[in-house]
Amino acid sequence: MEFGPYLMLAALEGAVTAAVLALMAAGLSLVFGVMRVVNVAHGEFYMLGAVLAFVVAGMAGGGALGFVAALVAVPLIVGALAVAADVTVLKRVGYDPERTIVATIGILYILQQVTLMGYGPDARPVAAPFNQRIALPWVEWGAGGPSLYWPWGLSITSYKLFVIGAAVVVLAGLWVLMTRTRIGLVMRATQLDRETAQAFGIPVERVYALVFGLGAGLAALAGVLIVPIQQAHYLMGGDALLLSFIVVIIGGLGSLPGTLIAALLIGLSDGILSVFFSPTLAKIVATLLVALVLVFRPQGLMGKAPR
Amino acid sequence: MLEVTGIDAGYGPVQVLRGLSLAVRPGEITCLLGRNGAGKTTTMKAIMGLLPLSAGRITLEGEDIGRLPAHEVPRRGIGYIPQGRRLFAELTVAQNLEIGLMTRNSPRHVLARVLDLFPRLADRMGQRAETLSGGEQQMLATARALCLEPRVLLLDEPTEGLQPSMIEAIRQVVIRLKSEGVAILLVEQRLDAVLSAADRVVFIENGQVRETAGAVDLRARPEMLKRYLGV
Ligand SMILES: Nc1ncnc2c1ncn2[C@@H]1O[C@H](COP(=O)(O)OP(=O)(O)O)[C@@H](O)[C@H]1O
Ligand SMILES: [Mg+2]
Repeated sequence: MEFGPYLMLAALEGAVTAAVLALMAAGLSLVFGVMRVVNVAHGEFYMLGAVLAFVVAGMAGGGALGFVAALVAVPLIVGALAVAADVTVLKRVGYDPERTIVATIGILYILQQVTLMGYGPDARPVAAPFNQRIALPWVEWGAGGPSLYWPWGLSITSYKLFVIGAAVVVLAGLWVLMTRTRIGLVMRATQLDRETAQAFGIPVERVYALVFGLGAGLAALAGVLIVPIQQAHYLMGGDALLLSFIVVIIGGLGSLPGTLIAALLIGLSDGILSVFFSPTLAKIVATLLVALVLVFRPQGLMGKAPR
Repeated sequence: MLEVTGIDAGYGPVQVLRGLSLAVRPGEITCLLGRNGAGKTTTMKAIMGLLPLSAGRITLEGEDIGRLPAHEVPRRGIGYIPQGRRLFAELTVAQNLEIGLMTRNSPRHVLARVLDLFPRLADRMGQRAETLSGGEQQMLATARALCLEPRVLLLDEPTEGLQPSMIEAIRQVVIRLKSEGVAILLVEQRLDAVLSAADRVVFIENGQVRETAGAVDLRARPEMLKRYLGV
């Protein structure tokens, strides 16, 4: 394959990574933005999403129906679990920034070990509901002007396109929720000034529980979307957490647009560098980007400098 | 109306208020005076339920509100204008007011009435609160509290850093609310702004009430001001 089509293929793979990463990082960023909680267990909610997708899809009889059942039910289950963790653990430590880090590390290990005991150490797949290969055209500048042709190997599956589309739809929905609805207004007011929010009747602890559940639900959704591409495994949360932190730091903690831009940046560079050079170089570049951002723009690309 | 009886409160292990009592009556302005750090803001936060009480009671028309969750207190009809305004800086004027309206599910006509009192805000509904001038921000903080049609209004240094015309505008609104029967608790440094309007003055020092005087008594005994405020 020539360079152009090859680059496009790499970029499409990167866009799938970016889509999943954006969903996950948006949840992490939302939780930090509103609650000031650094959720170290966020990767485990993603892992649970993938593992439960396997379980739920199996219970619903597999196939396309099984996948759809998982897509709907799993984020709700994981969200409810996170709400329970919020009320029983985070609320008890008073949402103190340092103590919640320790508490979420505890939640991380509990979720990981319980999954190991119940689900086992194997990686298991869920079948994609549809998985047609779609060949993509490329433009060639021949003697008679530009013409289209279909290079061998330049293709994407319909499921991967679906993942990108689903992420776009969900993130757009999140944006509308935060900026156009009452509950979004309440969440933003809580984020801006917790005490004054209370003085105007906002039950901030309920808002926190909701935000924590929503953040975990987004991670779980990312997990469900990824299982047909990558198998579900009880240790898959670690890398995902690291990449989400990288995205959130580059984008600016608490900024949804920043998170999106950073997810695209990291996802695309990961896809392209992995294809042309090596996955290791992709990780090195991502880490370097974080270092550069921390040195030259500590608040992130779209974050606000502390006042 | 609002009765605070022997409350102890503070921040974590730091006790600030010690057996503090005061009463705020409908249609009256009660003024809380004291030096910086005396505990005036802390008193207001304790009334709003933002600080846990370790002793004492707070009642509103007989209902014990001292141990309600903080978000339930404003729903009883207490409007709070915090020191330093504490607007939701990144939200628009309209959104800040919306949060006030949501507190007690106020009907829509309340907004029209509030904007009547502060016409300058009506022209700036889509503007972010942080971009308003100091006077406009104070108007917004006041308007936000009025959106919940309060029975009791707590104002913590509302004229801090404002130019005279703004101070007068705020003062007119407070006097109007008083005439409508709202119970008002006012913290104010500018005595000239206070003494003409207040019905009762409470002096506090080290988190304790030292003296309570009617406005008439205070005019007769101006040495009280010197003793508690050093002016
Ligand atoms: N968040 C806080 N944590 C600990 N101490 C505080 C806090 N806020 C105020 N204080 C202390 O409480 C005392 C009373 O403060 P405050 O009520 O703000 O006084 P003021 O009468 O000037 O409004 C002061 O000694 C102050 O240092
Ligand atoms: Mg004060």
